[in-house]
Parts: sequence; structure tokens; C-alpha cells
Amino acid sequence: MTHHLLTPYRHQSSPLHRAPPAAKLLAAAAIVCAVALSPRLAWIAYGAAGILLAGLAVLSRVPALYLAQRLLMVEPFAVGVALLALFQTNGAAVFASMLVKSTLCLFAMVLLATTTRFSDLVRTLWRARVPAVLVTTLALMHRYLFLIFEEMGRMSRARRSRSFSGSRFASWRAKSSVLAHLFVRSSERAERVYAAMVARGWKT
Amino acid sequence: MHIPDGFINAPTAIATGLLAAGGLSVALNRIRKKLPPRRIPLLGLASAFIFAGQMLNFPVAGGTSGHLIGAVLAAVLLGPSAAVLVMSAVLILQCFMFADGGLTALGANIFNMAIVAPGFGYAVYILVRRFTGRTRRGTLVAVAFASWCSTVAASIACAGELAGSGTVAWKAAFPAMAGVHMLIGIGEALITTLVVATVAQRRPELIQERSAPDLRPGYGELIAYGALASLGLAIFVSPFASGWPDGLEKVAASLGFEHRAAAQPVLPSPLPDYAVQGIGSEWISTVLAGVIGTGTAFVLAWLWARLLTPESGRNKVGL
Repeated sequence: MTHHLLTPYRHQSSPLHRAPPAAKLLAAAAIVCAVALSPRLAWIAYGAAGILLAGLAVLSRVPALYLAQRLLMVEPFAVGVALLALFQTNGAAVFASMLVKSTLCLFAMVLLATTTRFSDLVRTLWRARVPAVLVTTLALMHRYLFLIFEEMGRMSRARRSRSFSGSRFASWRAKSSVLAHLFVRSSERAERVYAAMVARGWKT
Repeated sequence: MHIPDGFINAPTAIATGLLAAGGLSVALNRIRKKLPPRRIPLLGLASAFIFAGQMLNFPVAGGTSGHLIGAVLAAVLLGPSAAVLVMSAVLILQCFMFADGGLTALGANIFNMAIVAPGFGYAVYILVRRFTGRTRRGTLVAVAFASWCSTVAASIACAGELAGSGTVAWKAAFPAMAGVHMLIGIGEALITTLVVATVAQRRPELIQERSAPDLRPGYGELIAYGALASLGLAIFVSPFASGWPDGLEKVAASLGFEHRAAAQPVLPSPLPDYAVQGIGSEWISTVLAGVIGTGTAFVLAWLWARLLTPESGRNKVGL
């Protein structure tokens, strides 16, 4: 049920999907750095970046509605931080410029996640000689994320079906217990995963 | 507490990036040398667990809900260096897959939530437990207080970075971040203690100190994280420490009047000219508020642990 929220990648055929992940990663990083670190109120630069990103979005052939949805999911956080900027002189202009800046960066990252598999990004990190333990952790995390989410969903559902709401304290206690048992199950699963990895010839 | 792109300037991004890389390399080095291979898959699974745990909503008053950060939870369950790696992995995935937390702010987010929060939190945990004892109750007091402290410390580092970038005036950022997170920290402490208490009760052998006793955290790594955290706080927070707002300004800020009265430039100068005369009373009152808040948090932590362990402190089983 939560899968479409958990998988930003949208499989399609487009030049942007086929482009090498390393190039996309570098391009996204370059755009984000240029926009995020550009001076405030540089509206022309923002406009240029916006046109570039819009062009890339058209090239990706991902429906605009889908991209807008993903953007709206993360936009509230940026608005929240930007609101703090209103409390200073010239606050409104700074607020607007920061909001535009962060939205452009968010859009670049959303576009990257929509057109590139996370596993491809991990492989890029591996080739870039990022330390092995970090890459293994990221890869395993991504591999088991969905499983653990489903497990959490099942446990929450089982709890809901057995208890009639109750007090807030009881619900905190029950949810914490879900988390505790989720940790127990994750640890047990980690042991099985280790046994399976060793059986297939994995070495540190 | 995830800082998006566009709120951090280049010097802050580079400084936090270096601090984050330093902390992460200490953790990776320690794991490579000390962690037995059988525990490596657990790092990935625990990262997924923390990520999932952060998505579980806990109802708070008035239809709002909060969620766990999980830094001290990870540190107590897995050990401090593993927690640094796990929290970093969570933040990296959130940044690249969900655009949650910016790419240029990745260093800052890792520094706040993956180094300051677990490193400082774990140091507080060890220190407090030395006084409260290794009984179950003593451990839970330490867990509760450490979770609260780690949340507040991370939020102060975050406020310092935002203010240091000239994004948000320190006078608005500090009370908003620290004040709000003093409350959020209570939720964090409640959830973390409940989870640790349940794991300790059902499967105590899974907690790091039992499951990998050879992996006892060395003081070296704690000192390294402590040094990085203090360096970061010295860079980002100390320039503002003399300009802390007085009560009136705090009220004005919270009521939204401040922009009317503020003569503060967009880039707040580290030492506004009135700060020297204000050092006396303002500074003391802020420190006093901090001490009272921390003391209250400790008393609450103790009461909460007492509530959770009605069998009295005689239970010497501990974790």
C-alpha cells in the first residue's frame, strides 16, 4: 500500500532514463550546488535553472502530475524552514527567494530519483570507491526497506484489530512495542541474511 | 530537522561537510577494525528499521503527531559508531530517494542527526548511567535523559548552521528550534525508553552490550565524536552566544511582531553593538533557563523510568 510512496523511481523509456547514473548524479549535484549556493535574489539565475530543469523534465517523459505530486510531498518542509526567515528585515523577499531556490533544488533531486534506480546510484558510489561498509549498508537498507515496512504495517494492523483505541498512553505503549519487536525481527533477519550471504561466498 | 537545499551558504556547507566526513570516517574505521563480519548485515537491516521507525506516527495533542529520530535508540541498541553509520545511511537514502534534506545540506544534516545526536547522546547515556547504576531503572533514566539531550543538542547545532548562513536570524532560529525541540525531545525520550525497555525485557541478548561484549565502546571514539561536536558548536553557535534574545524579544518573535521592530540586518553580525552591555543579565537568564530546563528533563526522566520499573530498583539485571 505504501509502495508507491516508497519507490520514487518510475520505469519508463526516455533519454534521461537511459543516461548513465553517474552522469545524472553529477549533473543533479551541479545544478543543486549552483542554485543552492548562488546569492540571494539572483532571479535571472533561478529562471535559467528553472528552464533547464523544465527541459530535462520534458526529456524524461514523466507525467508532470507525477513530478508535481512528489514535489508537493517534500515542499512543506522547505516552506517550514523558510517561514523562519520572515522574522527579519526584508523578510518577504528573502522568504520568496529561498522558497524558489529550495523548490528548484527539490525538483532536481525529485527528477534524479524518478529517473534513476537507487541501486544504480549505490553501484555508482561503489565504483567511486566510497567505503565498502557504507555501500553495503546502503544497499542492504534499500533491499530490506520494503520488507520491514510491510512487517511494520502487518504488526500495526494486528494491533489495531485487537485493541479498541484506548488511551493515548496505551497507544504510545503499543506502538513502541511494535517498534521493539520490529527491531527484534530485524536482528533475527540480519542473522539469516548473514548466513545466506556467507553460504554464497560473501567476504568482508 | 532535515535542512533542505538553499538554506545553507557555501562556507557552512563546506565546514559541515568536513565535520560530517570526519565523523563518518571515524565510525567506518572503527567498524572495519572492530565489528565482527556477522554484524555487518545488521547495519543495513537496522538502517531500514530506523527509517521505518521514523515513519511511524505517534499521536500528540490536537490532531498533530510526532515521530522518532532514533539516534540514541540506535546508539544504545547497536553502539555509538554503528549508530553514526546507520543514521548517516538513513539520511543519505532520504536525500537521494525522497529529496528529504538537501544535497548541499547533507553534511549539515549528517553532522546534526548522525554525529551530534548519537555521539553526544551516547556520551550522556554512559555518563548518567555511571551515577544511576546499571540496574534496569538506572539504565532507563540514562536512556530517557540522553534522548532528550541529543534532540536538543542537534536542534541547537541546526539553529547555529541556519543562523551562521545568514538564512534566519539567530534570535528567531534559536528560540524556535531549541524551544520546540525541548518539547519534541520529551516525545523522543518516551518512545526510546519504551522501545529499549521492551527489547531489554524480551530479548536482552540483542542489545549491543550483550550481543557483542567484545565491542565495548572505547573512549577514543566518544572523544572523537565529542571533539567534532564541540568544534561544530564552537564554529556555528558560539558567535551568537552573546546575542541571545531577552524575554521581551522572545515574546515579540513568538507573536510575530519582531520584523516590525527588528533593526537586524539580513546577515546578522556576530557581535551586535549592544551585546556587550547585555552580556550580564541576558546571558545569565538564558543559561539559567537552560539549566532549569535540563534539570526538569532529568527529573522527568527519573519519574518516567520509575513508572516503567515498578518492581523497584532492586532488580539488578539491568541490560
